[in-house]
Amino acid sequence: MIDATAVYVLWLREMKRFLRAKSRVIGSLAMPLFFLAFLGLGFNKMIVPEMLKDINYIRFLIPGIVGMGILFTSTFAGLSVLWDKEFGFLKEIMVAPVSRVSIVIGRIAGGATTALIQGLLILFISFIAGFKIKGILSFPLTILFMILISTTFIGLGLILASKMKDIHGFGIIMNFIIFPLFFLSGALYPIENLPKIIRYLSYIDPLTYGVDGLRASLIGISSFPFIMDLIIMIGFSIITVVLGAYFFEKSESA
Amino acid sequence: MNAIKVEKLTKKFNGFIAVDKISFTVRNGELFGLLGPNGAGKTTTINMLATLLKPTSGHAEVAGHDILKDKNGVRKSIGIVFQEPALDNKLTGRENLEFHAMMYGINKENRRKRIKEVLELVELTEKADILVENYSGGMKRRLEIARGLMHMPKILFLDEPTLGLDAQTRRHIWDYIKKLNNKSKVTIILTTHYMEEADYLCNRVAIMDHGKFVALDSPNKLKDVIGGDVVSIEINGSINLLINKIKTLKWIKSIKQHNGILSMTMEKGERRIPELINLAQKIGITVNSVHLRKPSLEDVFLYFTGRTIREEETSRTERNREIIIRRMRRRR
Repeated sequence: MIDATAVYVLWLREMKRFLRAKSRVIGSLAMPLFFLAFLGLGFNKMIVPEMLKDINYIRFLIPGIVGMGILFTSTFAGLSVLWDKEFGFLKEIMVAPVSRVSIVIGRIAGGATTALIQGLLILFISFIAGFKIKGILSFPLTILFMILISTTFIGLGLILASKMKDIHGFGIIMNFIIFPLFFLSGALYPIENLPKIIRYLSYIDPLTYGVDGLRASLIGISSFPFIMDLIIMIGFSIITVVLGAYFFEKSESA
Repeated sequence: MNAIKVEKLTKKFNGFIAVDKISFTVRNGELFGLLGPNGAGKTTTINMLATLLKPTSGHAEVAGHDILKDKNGVRKSIGIVFQEPALDNKLTGRENLEFHAMMYGINKENRRKRIKEVLELVELTEKADILVENYSGGMKRRLEIARGLMHMPKILFLDEPTLGLDAQTRRHIWDYIKKLNNKSKVTIILTTHYMEEADYLCNRVAIMDHGKFVALDSPNKLKDVIGGDVVSIEINGSINLLINKIKTLKWIKSIKQHNGILSMTMEKGERRIPELINLAQKIGITVNSVHLRKPSLEDVFLYFTGRTIREEETSRTERNREIIIRRMRRRR
């Protein structure tokens, strides 16, 4: 059912494309880093209610920005099916004697790897700027959460891609799905500060638990218990990947 | 044994019938052509046979595998070159071939050997390691043909293999296709809207229009239907008057009128032209130009559909242009 060679070659293609598109790497790093630099510097002296007093804003912000980077890269990775469709390459993939599940897994593996690299780069730049993590265990837990966030949003990207005919709806997705997901997630401020009604929206945003889990792993503060973040994120990633694979299989490719 | 067996295959898109209950068989080793204007349903037919589209109704077997029940069996037995390029531009030619080989489960040793072979076949060995985005249109086509052959398919589908290529490259690709069919006995199904291409390459041609087959036979037999030479005359004056006169002549086999041009078929056309001109002059009609040619598949298409493929093409292009303009406006 799952063809390992096919998964590998789809992953390999993603890696080659990623390493060759230097401008893409820099471009996708730029936005999170600008957010980090300007929001961080601008708000650092402010006291944000509901936040512990001994934590400055930049420290609070960094896990959120890591989550943001992964959100964007992963959703795009899922949506990249549309680019393959636009350039015809999707047909080459779909006509191959390979199960559709292998194709989805290959795409997720490729997308998750690139998202992970970007997340780690943001983290690395933060380290250079003086960011300190909680302890040695932070690292594997952070990577685990990065992978969970990534698979969740690649799955979402695949679902969205199957509902779109071409790449023209891309701007709408960006403005009406990706940005709201980001702002509602508590990446920039504690969701406790949001009015009650909007907070309910945050509760159904997968990124809320993703960012909260990253924050728990990296700096040791969180809105929800760590184990709850973990279980919810595992649930979300399974649901979106299964749905994404289902819709991908269903959509006609020619 | 038959390479392909199709029974009442139909595809509808939101009520629009793209392919309408077509039935045909293709023998092993045959070079079979689907000829027709854009929008006739050729690509839709190919996509169904290649398992990329699900038929609305009907059955088809490709290399003995049912296209609905055994998709993987079909996929393993076919190679396909799509109408629009289906290459990854950010990979080199060789990497595109490697990708393909791995997707088709060719092992490492065979992979290297096959890539070398197919690159030589299409004369791209020297360009193998540059990115496909730097290839010309002809090189891309050749690379795709190489890729389609790499896993040694029993059946090769070529969807408009020479679309948009210059005359020289087209010749080259025709020669590859012929050689391929002769040497490796691979069954080839190609779609085209170029008459010369179907005529030059195919053992049998199905003429397709509005989702249906209007004729299916060898190019020579199809041309025999026309019966002799085609003489076209362009006149000043009442065309109907002339038609009525000509109708009474015994040696005229058929008359078609379109765009003010009268096309007639007859044997020994070159000897009949003076007679026709005399006849026209007698009833006060001036003949502006006369054209004589041996029948082509274009005439066959005209004979069966009352239109030429070329005029079909121009109206399409205009429509496409409108669509593009509309799209650009929307984007702004």
